[in-house]
Amino acid sequence: MSRLDATSRIDRGTDLRFTFDGKDYLGHPGDTLASALLANGVHQVATSIRFGRPRGIMAAGVEDANALVQVEAPFSEPMLTATTIELYDGLVARGLSGQGRLAAEPDPARYDAIHAHCDVLVVGAGPSGLVAALTAARSGARVVLVDDQPEAGGSLLGSAEQLDGVPATTWVSATVAELAASPEVRVLQRTTAFGYYDDGFVLALEKRTDHLGAAAPAGVSRQRVWRIRAKQVVIATGAHERPVIFADNDRPGIMLASAARTYLHRYAVLAGREVVVFTTNDSAYAAATDLADAGAEVTVVDARPEISPYWAAECARRGIAVRPATVVIGTSGNGRVTSAHVVTAVDGSSGPRQGIGCDLLLVSGGWNPAVHLYSQARGTLRYDAKLGAFVPASELLDVRAAGSARGAFTLAACLAEGRLAAQDALTALGIAPGDVPLPGTPEQPEEVPGHVLWSVPDHREDNAPCSSFVDLQRDATVADVLRATGSGMTSVEHVKRYTTIGTAHDQGKTSGVITSGIVADALGVDIASLGTTTFRPPYTSVSFAALAGRDRGQIFDPVRVTAIHPWHVKHGALFENVGQWKRPWYYPQRDASGSFEDLETAVLRECRAAREGVALMDASTLGKINVQGADAGEFLDRLYTNIMSTLKPGFIRYGVMCGMDGMILDDGTVTRVSETEFLLTTTTGNAAKILEWMEEFAQTEWPELRVSLTSVTEHWVTVPLVGPRSREVLASLAPDLDVSNEGFGFMTWRDAEVAGIPARICRISFSGELAYEINVSAWDGLALWETVIEHGTPYGITPYGTEAMHVLRAEKGYPIIGQDTDGTVTPQDLGMSWVVSKKKVDFIGKRSHARAENNRPDRKQLVGLLPVDPTKLLAEGAQLLASADVPEPPVPMLGHVTSSYRSAALNRTFALALVRAGRDRLGETLYAWQDGELLAVTVADSVLYDKEGARRDG
Amino acid sequence: MLLIPCPWCGPRDETEFHYGGQAHVAYPGNPAALSDEEWARYLFFRDNPKGAFAERWNHSAGCRRWFNAVRDTADNEIRAVYRTGEPRPVTA
Ligand SMILES: [Zn+2]
Repeated sequence: MSRLDATSRIDRGTDLRFTFDGKDYLGHPGDTLASALLANGVHQVATSIRFGRPRGIMAAGVEDANALVQVEAPFSEPMLTATTIELYDGLVARGLSGQGRLAAEPDPARYDAIHAHCDVLVVGAGPSGLVAALTAARSGARVVLVDDQPEAGGSLLGSAEQLDGVPATTWVSATVAELAASPEVRVLQRTTAFGYYDDGFVLALEKRTDHLGAAAPAGVSRQRVWRIRAKQVVIATGAHERPVIFADNDRPGIMLASAARTYLHRYAVLAGREVVVFTTNDSAYAAATDLADAGAEVTVVDARPEISPYWAAECARRGIAVRPATVVIGTSGNGRVTSAHVVTAVDGSSGPRQGIGCDLLLVSGGWNPAVHLYSQARGTLRYDAKLGAFVPASELLDVRAAGSARGAFTLAACLAEGRLAAQDALTALGIAPGDVPLPGTPEQPEEVPGHVLWSVPDHREDNAPCSSFVDLQRDATVADVLRATGSGMTSVEHVKRYTTIGTAHDQGKTSGVITSGIVADALGVDIASLGTTTFRPPYTSVSFAALAGRDRGQIFDPVRVTAIHPWHVKHGALFENVGQWKRPWYYPQRDASGSFEDLETAVLRECRAAREGVALMDASTLGKINVQGADAGEFLDRLYTNIMSTLKPGFIRYGVMCGMDGMILDDGTVTRVSETEFLLTTTTGNAAKILEWMEEFAQTEWPELRVSLTSVTEHWVTVPLVGPRSREVLASLAPDLDVSNEGFGFMTWRDAEVAGIPARICRISFSGELAYEINVSAWDGLALWETVIEHGTPYGITPYGTEAMHVLRAEKGYPIIGQDTDGTVTPQDLGMSWVVSKKKVDFIGKRSHARAENNRPDRKQLVGLLPVDPTKLLAEGAQLLASADVPEPPVPMLGHVTSSYRSAALNRTFALALVRAGRDRLGETLYAWQDGELLAVTVADSVLYDKEGARRDG
Repeated sequence: MLLIPCPWCGPRDETEFHYGGQAHVAYPGNPAALSDEEWARYLFFRDNPKGAFAERWNHSAGCRRWFNAVRDTADNEIRAVYRTGEPRPVTA
């Protein structure tokens, strides 16, 4: 056991049982999985992704990208780091070899989102953040303080620092208590601010029940994303210690110096007994002396020739050997490290390689301020040559960095900067800062400047593959970086992508600056001008489940159904998704043998009913827009290609809308309800887009027109009653209505009662057959449908779905916008010049129709295609060729099939297609390429059924 | 996420808005009188400055109103918002 009796933040009174790699262990509340493993003497946690090398615990916080584990119970979750998992009773985990496995079953946990608004957001509850929050709190400002740890204190939790002559944790407790008692302050522990997104908007992930394991209460979300809008942000995120790179720097037992100190003070874990501390700066000496005080045998290897007299004396007092001008050049060990290989510089040249036995090798190459959020907030960074790190350099109006995040590394400076940042933030808000006296800090020994050292050259003489790892999780080495620069890359952004360094959990926390340093050295350029890679959110991993929150399934993408939907379900309809709508696709019936029809059989039957008897469908999903106002007619004249203002009340007109570029946007019918009111329909999937399109013009281009627009799609249920016998059925339903062709002509509408329900009936047809479209209030929709079926049963009335509707309209050559068109098609291309007014001075798209490009004779035009073999069904999307002799690529393509069906009426297959100069090719044979063969097709007019329109009046 | 001050509703999250491109691009008085090139210039060409840019926004998930904003494309600061039809205000 490596657990000491010392004071710590763990609760020894409670045991937590956990299992790692199949073995049972004990830990305590306050432990992380990493600290509990170290307490149990487990150093090897994982193996690396590319080389399968044993890997251990490198850090004590989020900067560890090495100890990757998969939690197996209570719920499986991959790719977590042992240093960020709070231990709980019943935890089952195993080490990973670089890659985890997603759970096969759905996650039963709930995830959520919550909004917060504040004057000052403080990120980080270390010394700087706590002072900042207290300063803001005492001013009466509304404050949010977020911190990723289970308790506040930051680095003070893992050090033996004193404030006002007593342990710093006493001051932390008092500060936390005052913040908790402040009504305008919200403190969020276990909450990581992972991204800054403009105008003080910060996203933070709160882990609410992760640490409770199976004991997590039902009804509490496991994690939630805080969407915080702050007027001022104080970034007190601290700094990450960075390693120095050397050969075989990845063995278990090699750890950042500050991490060992944190394990000692916070978790009472002595991570090793024989310790070598390799440092380039003074900060690691605290770890060396603290570990020696805890009973370890310690040797310090310092890259600098000159040692701080203060620390030299402290080491001497404890019997710690200190070797100046010495670096670690490699390690050995079978799994865990057993020896550090060092060389000492003598008179400027390297001395002999020496081994120092150890079971823990601590490394400190200096500190990288955690500038992620600051950089995301568009703060610029400056290279600090003394620190060997990039530090905040901008004066931002609403974002300030403080403490170690800004490059301050003494406790006194961190406290003072926290207060100053809060004071500046409050002043910017016009709030008088509260008075916060700073606690007294012990006197600091005079510091010997650190030595900036990215990587120690590999001294090994053999041609062993490079084992100087820059990003351990990616198994990416110094050699990989040099391969990138050697192949000509000069940007760290390119090197990052080539080597994948910093792209996994690390996100540049430990590897970023080192990579820049190695690249700068390799290219002989100044690292200050080379810069660092961009810090992108998220700072730590955030699951998609947390980001989605409750916006899943129906809540994310609602399903829309019509008022008649229950009937469709009850009668076995299969559904097609059209936008968010569920539309009946077809209604398979049982055949004589008792099995259900397939699509082809059902659609042929449904089409036959519409052409020969009577059929009905649910067309309620059609978009419907009510246009009202004295200038409604003029407004529609400008939007549609044809004239709508001349339409008389009681009449209906088909219309097409084009974009400014002249391409078809949508089509539909326009019903004139009165002098000042129109009702227009849109394609089902286009309703919202067309309403917005019309609104844009009403508000921005023609605000002088008196017109208002309302979506009424869901107000109406629309039921086309179709077929030669539809007149008889309607007559029986609406005895008071004159249904004759003379009394109720094509493209007119009547208000009447249908089966006692007030209805608007329109004589329009999307099938070419005699048809009446019955519109009623959505409330009456189901009753109408059922009554129509009842009255139609003696006539063999047949419900039909979208597939039959598509076949019927295609037989008539009616295009579907978005299927037969794709945003590059004009009305003229569709052969619909008749719908484009020549009289109007202007309308949207008119000028574009005159562009030379839109008048080329070889534009793609809508035509019909008849396969020479009438049983062959063309594939929609199939490309069309002029000849069966396929030339060498590139093969000239004449166009493509847009719609293709089997027709009951034609007793054969047919298709619609967009074909270059198609209308000049009627009768020509073309070839459709599909499934590796060429199918001969004959080009035909797009109207293949009842071209003279004899059927529409019954 | 930008905080966009809708002139009708006040400051709201960017996700409530749709972007509408450059503002003050007037529809030509007589499109028929334009050459193909002049029409194409109206149709396809827009400014892309670094700095202050007058642009259109629609508060589509709010009041559904269109309005104009002057946004600095370099730092995303919205310097002014004003109603459709009003002239572009002078900004710093
Ligand atoms: Zn608004």
